[in-house]
Amino acid sequence: MKLLHWLLPISAFIIAPIIPGIINRVKAFFAGRRGVPILQLYIDIWKLLRKGSTYSHTTSFVFRIAPSVIAAALILCTFFIPWGSISSPVSFSGDLIFIAYLLDVARYFTVIAAMDTGSAFEGMGASREVQFGFLAEPAFLMGILVLVMVTKNTSTSGIMQHLSTSVWADSGILLILVATAWYFLLLTENSRIPVDDPNTHLELTMIHEVMVLDYSGPDFAYILYGSALKLWIFSALIVNILLPVAALPIWLQPIVFIAGTAGVAILVGITESIIARLRLVTVPKIIVSASALCFIALIFRIIG
Amino acid sequence: MNIISIILIMSGLLLLGSSRLGVAIKVVAIQGLVLGILPIVKASHELTAGVWFLCISIIAAKGIILPILLNTNLKSSGITREIEPFISYGVSIIAGIIMLILAGWMTVRLNLNRTMTPPIVLSAAFFMVLSGLFLMITRKKALTQILGFLAMENGVYAVGIGLSLEFPFMVELGILLDVVVGVVIMGHLLLHMDKEMAHTDTDRLTELSDNIRLSGEIKVVSSNEVNIGSDREVLK
Repeated sequence: MKLLHWLLPISAFIIAPIIPGIINRVKAFFAGRRGVPILQLYIDIWKLLRKGSTYSHTTSFVFRIAPSVIAAALILCTFFIPWGSISSPVSFSGDLIFIAYLLDVARYFTVIAAMDTGSAFEGMGASREVQFGFLAEPAFLMGILVLVMVTKNTSTSGIMQHLSTSVWADSGILLILVATAWYFLLLTENSRIPVDDPNTHLELTMIHEVMVLDYSGPDFAYILYGSALKLWIFSALIVNILLPVAALPIWLQPIVFIAGTAGVAILVGITESIIARLRLVTVPKIIVSASALCFIALIFRIIG
Repeated sequence: MNIISIILIMSGLLLLGSSRLGVAIKVVAIQGLVLGILPIVKASHELTAGVWFLCISIIAAKGIILPILLNTNLKSSGITREIEPFISYGVSIIAGIIMLILAGWMTVRLNLNRTMTPPIVLSAAFFMVLSGLFLMITRKKALTQILGFLAMENGVYAVGIGLSLEFPFMVELGILLDVVVGVVIMGHLLLHMDKEMAHTDTDRLTELSDNIRLSGEIKVVSSNEVNIGSDREVLK
């Protein structure tokens, strides 16, 4: 059984780069193109890993260690994500907050490395990333609070195990609210379309891509792999909340879980295809609305 | 009951966050429809003819007639957006969250019988009253202020439904009549305001004083009107 738990993060490491591939394929389908292969990110990462890195003279050691730290933080994060009732290999009381902080460590190093390049353009992206991250934080923490109150459990694996059908019958609407808020959060944190366009590289409105412009070779491979893992982490959390995976027989759970994650990826692709990117001034409105959803759930839990 | 109150709260937040007047009118219409269903859900054990009559009249008035009326007003004035509210939309939503917390706190403080008066409906109703009031204070366009008034009235009605043990539907019908007449008059006022001054900005109603026209400062007024004209072209 112990082996089974350790298999989860390892298979997550293998599967994660497919998620951006699925999103790209769905977008291509909506645009009437054939699109890049689903496994394109593996090919990209493999290509980048064989190349050398170039460093600007203005950068310091911070710039060089940042990609490894980002990838390490997100890899560590993956160890805490359970699949339905199969608990994660590492788990302790309150580890959802630890996950939030690991994500913040990744964000902090992305930002500080972007500042380290001395480029005004990257500094601008860093400023936006921090602004939106600061607004997105309450939504994540409030969502955690609602989940803890609904399931009366404080570790990620414990929470996901206790999301049984009886909890769903009792407070399913709160879970839907939290999942919706976290879906907004997924779009924000992973720089998907209503907030940021992952395809543009030369526009003044982009956020995340601008901060990683200076990386090349293996460093950029780490960054790409890290962002794929981040997407995996968020979609795994949403699938855990939204699908009653824990109620299924144990051999069916991984299959349903992976199908659900692919479903979230398809949903992201559809969202990106049918919605235009928002103007930068209206983005905070969307993120604050996500926090508002979590607040509604919280108030319902307290007084209802 | 839970779903109805969540729809009510979400519609209140949407009203605070949307700049498009057409969307806001639709949201108020949905509020009216949901409020019409509320008495049926509340009194599901004793559905008298009075309850049905109240529901149908609420849905007809708040969900259908008033939104259509406001929509015709909107079309004839040619304005689609509220551009510069006194408090921006993002801050409005944060204020909405604070009002939601306040509403929840008020409900808890009232310490009512939970089975007779579901606290969720009551806090949703308090939130609607507060958000309607907030809309009336912070928005400039006359139409949004009417919508704020309607949202507030919806909230008052929901408080009544949430608190009452049996439905005083004659009283509710009387209030409904008042609201319909009030909104018709306000809509008419809006139309004439638009026709006379080419804008429906309540903020600029200070220009109405007699002094400007009498002291011959027509220049100021006309330049203002040119501005408004160009404003409206951009909007269209």
